[in-house]
Amino acid sequence: MRSWDPRIEEMPKEDLRKMQYKLLKSLVYRLYSFSPFYHERMKEQNVHPDDIRELSDVKKLPFMFKRDLRDNYPDKIFTSTQEDLVRYHVSSGTTGKPTVVGYTQNDLDSWTTSLARALTSLGLGRGDVIQVSYGYGLFTGGLGLHYGAERIGATVLPTSVGNTERQIELMQDLGATAIACTPSYLLHIGEVAEKMGVDIKKDTKLRTGVLGAEPWTDRMRTRIEDWLGIKAYDIYGTSELSGPMFTECVEQKGFHIWSDLALVEIIDPATGESLGPGEKGELTITMLQKEALPMIRYRIGDITIMDDDVCACGRTHPRIQRIQGRVDDMLIIRGINVFPSQVEYALMGIPEVGQHFQIVVERKGALDDMLVRVELSKGSFSDKITDIMKVRQKVEHRLRNSLNVNVNVELVEPGSLPRFEGKAKRVIDKRSL
Amino acid sequence: MDTQKYVIRQISIFSENRPGRLAAIAHALGEEKINILAFSIAEANGFGVVRALVDHPEKAHDKLLSLGFNVAFTDVIAVKMKDQPGGLYEVAKILGDAGVNIEYSYAYSGKEGAVLILRVDMVEEAIQKIKTSGATLLERSVFH
Repeated sequence: MRSWDPRIEEMPKEDLRKMQYKLLKSLVYRLYSFSPFYHERMKEQNVHPDDIRELSDVKKLPFMFKRDLRDNYPDKIFTSTQEDLVRYHVSSGTTGKPTVVGYTQNDLDSWTTSLARALTSLGLGRGDVIQVSYGYGLFTGGLGLHYGAERIGATVLPTSVGNTERQIELMQDLGATAIACTPSYLLHIGEVAEKMGVDIKKDTKLRTGVLGAEPWTDRMRTRIEDWLGIKAYDIYGTSELSGPMFTECVEQKGFHIWSDLALVEIIDPATGESLGPGEKGELTITMLQKEALPMIRYRIGDITIMDDDVCACGRTHPRIQRIQGRVDDMLIIRGINVFPSQVEYALMGIPEVGQHFQIVVERKGALDDMLVRVELSKGSFSDKITDIMKVRQKVEHRLRNSLNVNVNVELVEPGSLPRFEGKAKRVIDKRSL
Repeated sequence: MDTQKYVIRQISIFSENRPGRLAAIAHALGEEKINILAFSIAEANGFGVVRALVDHPEKAHDKLLSLGFNVAFTDVIAVKMKDQPGGLYEVAKILGDAGVNIEYSYAYSGKEGAVLILRVDMVEEAIQKIKTSGATLLERSVFH
């Protein structure tokens, strides 16, 4: 089956926008009338539901942030009573309080529909055995994928996380054709399988990976696909939106964001201005049909680029590219947004320097000065000073081309930059603004 | 003519331009009981290259490498100079007339007179010319 719901998924863009406008309009009226939180917010922003006269008027609405959920822990901004909820999920708060998400039956249905479309777009369906190795429980991954896979008529193997050897045995014995888990867990499964003498390529029927819940790169994709002989697809979502919701299709060219469920905007994180397709900015989503916990212009903090062209697969809904970084990491250098991930990416292609780096930002006179410290690789040092200068110029040139801002580079001794386990802190901002 | 015996292995070490780096290098060599016979520091906006002639270049190389330093070997030659006005001129003229380019050079006052360490673009050529002009080249065995 090509599409789960061709009428919606391949609807002409103009019709999609009309549908989004209608949904947005009724959502705003409902929230303004019945939710003290959203009413207050709209008053503060001096916007009334009558001001929403076309789809682009979404820009008039106030933003929401993660802190709105934390500040209203656990359920102060829910717009459904507990009697109408059929489930809770709770996200682990890496910083401060956790956040709680409640779901009505309709919310679960929308979520499941979203995943049914997504999994179908990967070529999965009846006859597939989908091993769900995301955690089951308060985390949205396990149960989300579970119901999505059941909806398309696939057979679910709900292994959850852990007991990896048993997972591999079951994968073989029950002929799993797809696995949904984090990319790092799949790499772990691959390693354990090798130790057990199981060749995933030859000894299992696995051909599809639905991988997400943590950042990964195209490099990792290539490695997984070559090593395990599967197609690896990225899946995106956060608990505030419901959970994992959107995947790439077989084209592997960005996540399809279903327009009847979510209205995508890309925002300049510094100014809040809307950016167009092709421009890099912060993903901002309005959930058009959520009941228990509506999200209006929710600024997720993930950096990406929107592509509004019709996909080669025929689906008309806008796509967003693989997540390129977090807003929290963004630097503004002479008015230009710079992400450490861009620096990392540029350095990856230069063998003369290592992968570790440090960014130091200072204000010299009226101007921002960005210095990137990077280690000169062992083996790329000759005795000649001019050779080292050439390496430095090359790095400066590459960084300037990819960041669009002038960068000074300092070459340092191998092993001298700090190493990080877990979250890296690579930016030292000395500007006192 | 066996020119190889005049080719000396210099070690070059990439160093950041900040306090304590030379001390770290010197300490490491001292620990290994490696004697530094001649050395120089070349500075270039933010980093430097420390160059040294030592009695045990392999040992020095391995030790510094194990400490994470970027180390390389470079071939240099050493010429005896007259420790008097015009001494440097004599040596420099030989190479200049022969079209040999000096990439860098440093001098030290050896036990038996002044010595000029030279990194040149054409090592063989330089050795030949210096020899035929009658100047004295120090053999590698003097150093290590």
